[in-house]
Amino acid sequence: MNPKVVNKIATGVIYGLVILVVAILAALIGYILVTGVPHISWHFLTSPAQSFLAGGGIRDQLFNSIYLLVLTLIISFPIALGAGIYLAEYAPKNWFTEIIKTTIEVLSSLPSVVVGLFCYLLFVVQMRMGFSILSGAIALTFFNLPLLTRNIETSLESVSSLQREAGLSLGLSQWKTITGIILPAAVPGIITGIILSAGRVFGEAAALIYTAGQSAPFVDYTNWNIFSDTSFLNPLRPAETLAVHIWKVNSEGITPDANAISSGSSAVLIIVILLFNIFAHWIGNRLYKKMTSSK
Amino acid sequence: MEINKKILMPSKETRQERFGRTLSFISISAIVVLVALILYFIISKGISTFTDNHVNLWDFISRQDWSPSTIGKDGKPEVGALPMIVTSFSVTFLSALLATPFAIAAGIYMTVIGPKKSRGFLQTVIELLVGIPSVVYGFIGLTIIVPIVRTLFGGTGFGILSATLVLFVMVLPTITSLTVDSLNAVPKHLSEASLALGATRWQTIYKVILRSATPGILTAIIFGMARAFGEALAVQMVIGNAILMPKNLITPSSTLTSQLTTGIGNTVMGTLGNNALWSLALVLLLMSLFFNILVKLIGKRGKF
Amino acid sequence: MIKIKKLAIMTSAVLFAGTVLTACGVSSASNDKITAVGSTALQPLVEEAANDYQKEHKNLSITVQGGGSGTGLSQLQSRAVTIGNSDVFAENQKGIKSKDIVDHQVAVVGITPVVNKGVGIKNISMKNLQKIFEGKITNWKQVGGKNIPIEVINRVKGSGTRNTFEANVMDGHSTIKAQEQDSNGTVRRIIATTPGAISYLSFSFVDKTIQSLSIDNVKPTDKNVETNAWKIWSYEHMYTAKKVSDDTKKFLAYMNSAEVQKGLVKKLGYISISDMKVKKDANNKVIN
Repeated sequence: MNPKVVNKIATGVIYGLVILVVAILAALIGYILVTGVPHISWHFLTSPAQSFLAGGGIRDQLFNSIYLLVLTLIISFPIALGAGIYLAEYAPKNWFTEIIKTTIEVLSSLPSVVVGLFCYLLFVVQMRMGFSILSGAIALTFFNLPLLTRNIETSLESVSSLQREAGLSLGLSQWKTITGIILPAAVPGIITGIILSAGRVFGEAAALIYTAGQSAPFVDYTNWNIFSDTSFLNPLRPAETLAVHIWKVNSEGITPDANAISSGSSAVLIIVILLFNIFAHWIGNRLYKKMTSSK
Repeated sequence: MEINKKILMPSKETRQERFGRTLSFISISAIVVLVALILYFIISKGISTFTDNHVNLWDFISRQDWSPSTIGKDGKPEVGALPMIVTSFSVTFLSALLATPFAIAAGIYMTVIGPKKSRGFLQTVIELLVGIPSVVYGFIGLTIIVPIVRTLFGGTGFGILSATLVLFVMVLPTITSLTVDSLNAVPKHLSEASLALGATRWQTIYKVILRSATPGILTAIIFGMARAFGEALAVQMVIGNAILMPKNLITPSSTLTSQLTTGIGNTVMGTLGNNALWSLALVLLLMSLFFNILVKLIGKRGKF
Repeated sequence: MIKIKKLAIMTSAVLFAGTVLTACGVSSASNDKITAVGSTALQPLVEEAANDYQKEHKNLSITVQGGGSGTGLSQLQSRAVTIGNSDVFAENQKGIKSKDIVDHQVAVVGITPVVNKGVGIKNISMKNLQKIFEGKITNWKQVGGKNIPIEVINRVKGSGTRNTFEANVMDGHSTIKAQEQDSNGTVRRIIATTPGAISYLSFSFVDKTIQSLSIDNVKPTDKNVETNAWKIWSYEHMYTAKKVSDDTKKFLAYMNSAEVQKGLVKKLGYISISDMKVKKDANNKVIN
């Protein structure tokens, strides 16, 4: 067949598939927003949850989700960054590296409840961290590491080898080349990875039931002493996140407005992720420009 | 003397290099230790069904009755995991099969064909999808997909087909975003050379870009399948969660993960009922290892 | 580079802070900390009661979490928690040495069969109900309803709701292999949307999207449970070790006080333990 005709057909097929994908995704997000947004109000965002009365809010759950994300990223990002650099730049191309890569990939297929129980037995019970945000963050680190490491690795690899050679020929050490030249050039890709893993943190429920817990005890937002039991910053207090709250309300909730709370929370979750995306892209761009000194 | 010392001492660069290597090596070791710990945990718990409770390994993977707390007619506990293995396998395979063409098309659109603005839009939408809790996917599946399947194909609507459709949407973001990464990693000069030789855009995409991105795309598929394997809450609501051998795509059945998740809170650690669930986790692990190696082998064949 | 160092320092700082905090937590754990883990169904009640209780006892910290009855009892058995919340008698949970732990019954929960609104019946005989779950009756017209095939939705094996239902309805017969769901909320949704579906739910989850069934013309009401006219009900248990701290004792006493039993228990849809005219033992036998 004429290559030009084939080209047209193929382009048409691609467009068709993309339109279908967009339609499905838009419908899904539209559905969640349309059913959820009417339930969002200032009162909903700023009042604590109720277990049997109508009119409960999601204040604590929303804060917990964000706080948990911050803690998780603080723990998992440096590890993933180091591991990604190792795999992309230093790792010898041999069977051992292959085994490491394969096991990391297999790790990401573990059901969340398995990781949750493992972290429960090891961190919550054995290491006596108790049901806490910190335990939850460690459990989520298990989910984040494979995807984030893999993402950082590909982003680093996709930087042209010319840049690498340029750095080395200037007499820089390989490490300096990586951190000074390659890493800044890979920032946009890495930001995508962080956003994806943030999404996973926001959406995870099963692993957190056993680690961060499914109750949101009273917290005081004016207490800045992180050692105090009631402080909102204490990483050792139990904390129910928004996704866990959605799960709880749907499975065993008996509040009369359970449906409204569930769809409202889902919409809030989407909006928060959207805001986080915009924020992360903004930071990423600033960082990229600053580090690569491009305009 | 001074010069001699300077030459013999490790330079600043060497020290930097050592520091960097050590730091990155520590990170990868940390991951390896974590992985080893959790693997050891699952393996040791998973095999206790066979070592402590003396369940026959062959019975475990070939029988169809799953009810570890009851004793079957032959005096042995009923621990046949075959229906769940088959279901898990089919659901994962089908959803990855369905999602891959869409993901590659979206990936090509976002990196090669589409205008820059629409790329950003698609990217954002995909990033949003990852953060939707699986419970929400489950409920949307229950209220929309299950009734549609019921009216179109009959039966109750619960089954592998509904689960595949839900998982399709769930794994799409993962596969797409990783595919985009690997398409971006294809050096520009390759495709420019191809276009300069007079190849059409499609020829360039098909013969140059996709070929050199194959390993990356395969990894993307593996991660997508991993997500499908590990998903419990959403699948459990739309698949029917009945431990029956699936006769076709629209009869209720159950995956390894959903049995594991629903059962684990109701059993006591150390009993057969609990150990058998950990064995399911072990099976899951081995299956995803198998998938992983299979996909990589196929990838090696396809390379030139 | 500087950034990486910063991150590394921050991480270690957080981890260090974590360790220090953990140490503090451990040292204070001995006298005024109660952890209750287990049944997801019971969790809201205990959590609410704990919140109220802590308002008057400021230096006491009570953590209430879910995880399932099995988890609660096995964690109590290894003494990782103070209280194990359970929907089932410890005697009926495999692997639990029930002699070593003490049962505290805090509420009663009634369970009723529920059906999709389109099946066309509101009452069923116990015999027919049993046959439906055995798989011997497969269409609603066989029991006086419309011509719709029956879709059985069961609860997860080992769950309190299923144990109670089987003990009171199935009379030793085994149920057919069918769908198994693990939460009241999910079951309600499936029943509401699936034609011909039948399952069973706690009283507090019955709403207008589904139809509850009377059995032999006895209605599923709290009053009927209290007199045992309605047979399908069970206790909610809070198990502890034989020796417990004074704080735990007082908290458990608070759970059975009139304040909780007449207040929270009712509000959360349970039946008060003090209103019961009969008692059941672990073998489902009624004792007086």
